[in-house]
Amino acid sequence: MTATWSGRLRLILAPVLLGVVLIAFWQWMVVHFDLAPYVVPSPSAIWAQFTENLSRIATASGATATNAWWGLVIGVVLAVGWAALASSLRVIREASAPVVTAASVIPIVALAPVLYAMFGQSVQTARVMVAALAVFVPVYINTLRGLQTVAPIHRDLMRVYAASGWQATRTVTLPGALPFFFTGLGIASSLSVISALVAEYFGGPVDGLGHAITSAVSSSRYALAWAYVLGAVVTGVVFYAATIIVERIGLRNHPEA
Amino acid sequence: MSTPNESTPVPAPTSTSGAAIAVEVTGVGRVFGGRSGAVTALDNVDLTVAAGEFVSLIGPSGCGKSTLMRLIADLDQPTSGTVTVFGKPASVARENHDYGIAFQQAGLLPWRTVQANIELPLELHGTGRAGRAERARELLALVGLSDFGGHLPSQLSGGMQQRVAIARSLAESPSLLLMDEPFGALDEMTRERLQTELLRIRAETGAAVVFVTHSIPEAVYLSDRVVVMSPRPGRVQQILTIGLGAAGDRGEGIREDVQFFDQVGAVREALHGIAPAGRGMDLR
Repeated sequence: MTATWSGRLRLILAPVLLGVVLIAFWQWMVVHFDLAPYVVPSPSAIWAQFTENLSRIATASGATATNAWWGLVIGVVLAVGWAALASSLRVIREASAPVVTAASVIPIVALAPVLYAMFGQSVQTARVMVAALAVFVPVYINTLRGLQTVAPIHRDLMRVYAASGWQATRTVTLPGALPFFFTGLGIASSLSVISALVAEYFGGPVDGLGHAITSAVSSSRYALAWAYVLGAVVTGVVFYAATIIVERIGLRNHPEA
Repeated sequence: MSTPNESTPVPAPTSTSGAAIAVEVTGVGRVFGGRSGAVTALDNVDLTVAAGEFVSLIGPSGCGKSTLMRLIADLDQPTSGTVTVFGKPASVARENHDYGIAFQQAGLLPWRTVQANIELPLELHGTGRAGRAERARELLALVGLSDFGGHLPSQLSGGMQQRVAIARSLAESPSLLLMDEPFGALDEMTRERLQTELLRIRAETGAAVVFVTHSIPEAVYLSDRVVVMSPRPGRVQQILTIGLGAAGDRGEGIREDVQFFDQVGAVREALHGIAPAGRGMDLR
């Protein structure tokens, strides 16, 4: 009991201590060398801006998070549906392979300006699509791999039991693919926030963290820009933590989860 | 091929005359086509297993013993010849759930509890929840794992997992058990304990067993008859009748018995008649 407690305490305390030391060092650097805010503002100045503009940062985070969320939902639904098709139909699998490979190599945000031109600057469509496309790739690749990874012995068992196609899918294929799906989802949840935010750098409606950061920088309010970055960090962590919780629930019966 | 089969006294086992036949393999061949040419895994194999009889298939690696078992299970189809199980083609017997099967790997579904794993065949074949739970309880008691129904397979040792796999194979009270080196991956002590347990289970269920192994003592200890096979191409070299008494009467003591050693010697001799001698054999 004491061992686990001290272990847990160290697990939490060590990173917190490191963080405090780093921030203190940062603060000392800025004060001691009298660094200009455009080089780097002090943590205290950033924190002051963060608390002062909390509601504006929350609104901007909410706008970006909404785009990221819809991108995530749309991307995951499409990717899982397409992976299911691809795993059962060889033609679709083979036809999709080059497109998916291409999509996994190019940075999806590069499409943002083109999508703004297609769907207009006044709507969020382009941002949601960038996030959805970015999400699609890792979820599709991992889910497909999971659906195709059935242990030979389990395949034999299903044949021994004369299980129907759907029975085999339900008992062996889907549960076996679940850890793969969650690996893809873990990558996708962070990607959705990053993509939605970076897409804002290229235009679109005047809301969201990405837009707020660029406009704060262009009006020389560097500490405020950093405060928005802090908001982006919080948004990303919330998405990631939510995914971890969903994964824990989804894989509660899987070993090594 | 180098050893002519004149030393093969294939006596029709007395038990089969008149009694029901569990497995009948007639003139079975299996050729695997490969890019580098065809490989004959089995060539003209005949084998009859009577209802309630325990038959072991033994032989060096590549003698086709596992292939033969997979043909009986309809996990693979013969290139020539016929396989019938309880008088039906193997495929029909499989679809009727006429046999239970266990492999060298336990092959449990890792995300299901031990109980849910044992219930799997019953669940797929439409047994109700209460009936499944009842049967699982009986089987868990039979394999000595009553306290572990709620555990996940990963929380169990290899020997315990293998016992779960055996319980699963018995779930539908089959009259035929197919076992492909089920104790092959276990340590010697666990292996001997499970062998004795299998004898007891078999005495209680009265099922016929086709048991693939590469261990001579294991084959002798468990079997009514031992089928010695030779490789390249896989053939039945000799069939030895082991007269150690009924499964229920065999205990650990038999391992020290003179008769046991005689039979082990006889099987070893039959195996050593195969060229190249004893390759890949486990002479423990």
